[in-house]
Amino acid sequence: MMEITTVHYTVLSAALFSIGVIGVLVRRNIIIIFMAIELMLNAVNINLVAHAHRLENLVGEVFVVFVIAVAAAEAAVGLGIILAFFRNKETVNIDEMNVMRW
Amino acid sequence: MAETIGFYTLSVLILGLAVLVVTAKNTVHSILFLVMNFLCVAVLYVVLQAEFLAVIQVLVYAGGIVVLYLIVVMLVNLKGEAEAHQDPRRLSVIGLALAGAVLLELAGILVYSSGSDAAVPSSEAVASPVQGNVEELGWLLYTDYLIPFEVASVLLLVAMIGAILLARREV
Amino acid sequence: MIDTIVIPLLKIAVLVNGVLVAVTFTVLMERKVIAWAQSRLGPMRVGPYGILQAIVDPIKLILKEDITPAKADKWMFTLAPILSLVPALVVFAVVPFGGDELFYVTDINVGLLFIIAVTSIGVYGIILAGWASNSKYPLLASLRASAQLISYEIAVTMTLVSVILTAGTLSMIGIVEAQQEAGFWFFFVQPVAFVLVLIGGLAETNRAPFDMPEAEQELTGGFHTEYSGMRFSMFFLAEYANMLVISAVVVVLFWGGWLRPFPNVAALSFLDFIPSWVWFFGKMFGFLYLFIWIRATLPRYRYDQLMRLGWKILIPIAIGNIVVTAVVKVLL
Repeated sequence: MMEITTVHYTVLSAALFSIGVIGVLVRRNIIIIFMAIELMLNAVNINLVAHAHRLENLVGEVFVVFVIAVAAAEAAVGLGIILAFFRNKETVNIDEMNVMRW
Repeated sequence: MAETIGFYTLSVLILGLAVLVVTAKNTVHSILFLVMNFLCVAVLYVVLQAEFLAVIQVLVYAGGIVVLYLIVVMLVNLKGEAEAHQDPRRLSVIGLALAGAVLLELAGILVYSSGSDAAVPSSEAVASPVQGNVEELGWLLYTDYLIPFEVASVLLLVAMIGAILLARREV
Repeated sequence: MIDTIVIPLLKIAVLVNGVLVAVTFTVLMERKVIAWAQSRLGPMRVGPYGILQAIVDPIKLILKEDITPAKADKWMFTLAPILSLVPALVVFAVVPFGGDELFYVTDINVGLLFIIAVTSIGVYGIILAGWASNSKYPLLASLRASAQLISYEIAVTMTLVSVILTAGTLSMIGIVEAQQEAGFWFFFVQPVAFVLVLIGGLAETNRAPFDMPEAEQELTGGFHTEYSGMRFSMFFLAEYANMLVISAVVVVLFWGGWLRPFPNVAALSFLDFIPSWVWFFGKMFGFLYLFIWIRATLPRYRYDQLMRLGWKILIPIAIGNIVVTAVVKVLL
């Protein structure tokens, strides 16, 4: 087997990102869609860390910290929206989220 | 050799668990697969010598964010019928095709740029007076990236207030 | 080869078995101490003063029938106890039980964060147990547990930041060595943090007075209502192993780990004949006793009181403590 290079990590990251994209585009349960977005953020993080390792420069890891902060903020607000929506319409299916106000 | 085996095992686990997250029928199962996925990614960070991020990944993602998902799923308490209704105008095939296009595009970029991988530019060594992963990361965050760091904390504060306002019942 | 694989594996085996044996005796100790607190005798039949009860109890639990409810989610129902026990055992890997290299498995540069992170995984065991049982009391318990554990995890982590500031390192060994250099245990400079960690630790291990997730009188047994036999005893083991974890962490962070009192005072050097691990286990024993004593003394909190204590009292104090510690550290 050959040596593991940054390209391997990048390929892994791209595949994970694509799985996340598929999840967002195909699933209709909004909670699963949120989780697919988390997968995509993780794919980006793997990429950043792998390149930080290759360049021996920690700037990539600093950005991962920011990505994690953004992911936390996104989860908090997104789940708040889901709860508010569920309270009004008793569903988490995005196909039924077709009105801007009620 | 050990690194090669470790990398392929982890990759298979990460991708397999990601597929399970996206395909699982039961939302709680999906969340559990997501936790395992994050743990595997944390191990990958350890392999890449980013110990601090590995721990933060477990602490923030697995121990914090995903627990939030779990609480929300239990509050809305759905079992299976979440996707009963489908919008007739929705075309999942096009979604799959678009995702395939994204994958192809990423692969194209990789193939195009993989030749330049060998030429590692000599990184401008950031003159940090400290040693160790955690210390250097902290040094960077509080010197060069102080303003982004503060912006991130303000973002978290705004998100916190927003979440409380959204989730609060009307009085 | 021997140094990197065999010896660590041996240490891990000894550690895991040691923790499990210690847990059975902690259970016995709890029964005895609570009995004495209530003017009873406690277990007396098996062995002298009931000492063998510690061995008989686990055997009884293992031999009991292991029932899975018909409507339960089978996989999750089996996975949940494992998920709550494994993290409790894993964190012992970075706890230094003595000054010698023999007494710890490994020392990593993010030791304290590792402990916080791994214990936060233990939450899943309780939440999933409640969900997988497919029964209303366990579900209520797991909702309570998730909210409680997340709230107190924030308070504890915030508090630990001030300890990290004082020690200047995240390594567990480094923290003890920092106390040796400073010449005093961190309890004397961080008493507020010590009290906060103790309260938060009680809440995170679901111990009385914060045992909301299993409150027998309200929820018939909480998240483990539907569990029996071996799987129930794994929850049991996890709870007591977590007690051991919290006492070990408190000893390392605030009570000097394996150090004798005032390690720099020469007048006390006659204490040096006591080996380091005796100090460590002695202090741990003291904290286990304190936990049991608190359980025997205090009534259970109400849920809203619990939340108010966590969010409106502990977290603000913890943040204030960080600010004060940082200012003092910069000024000195």
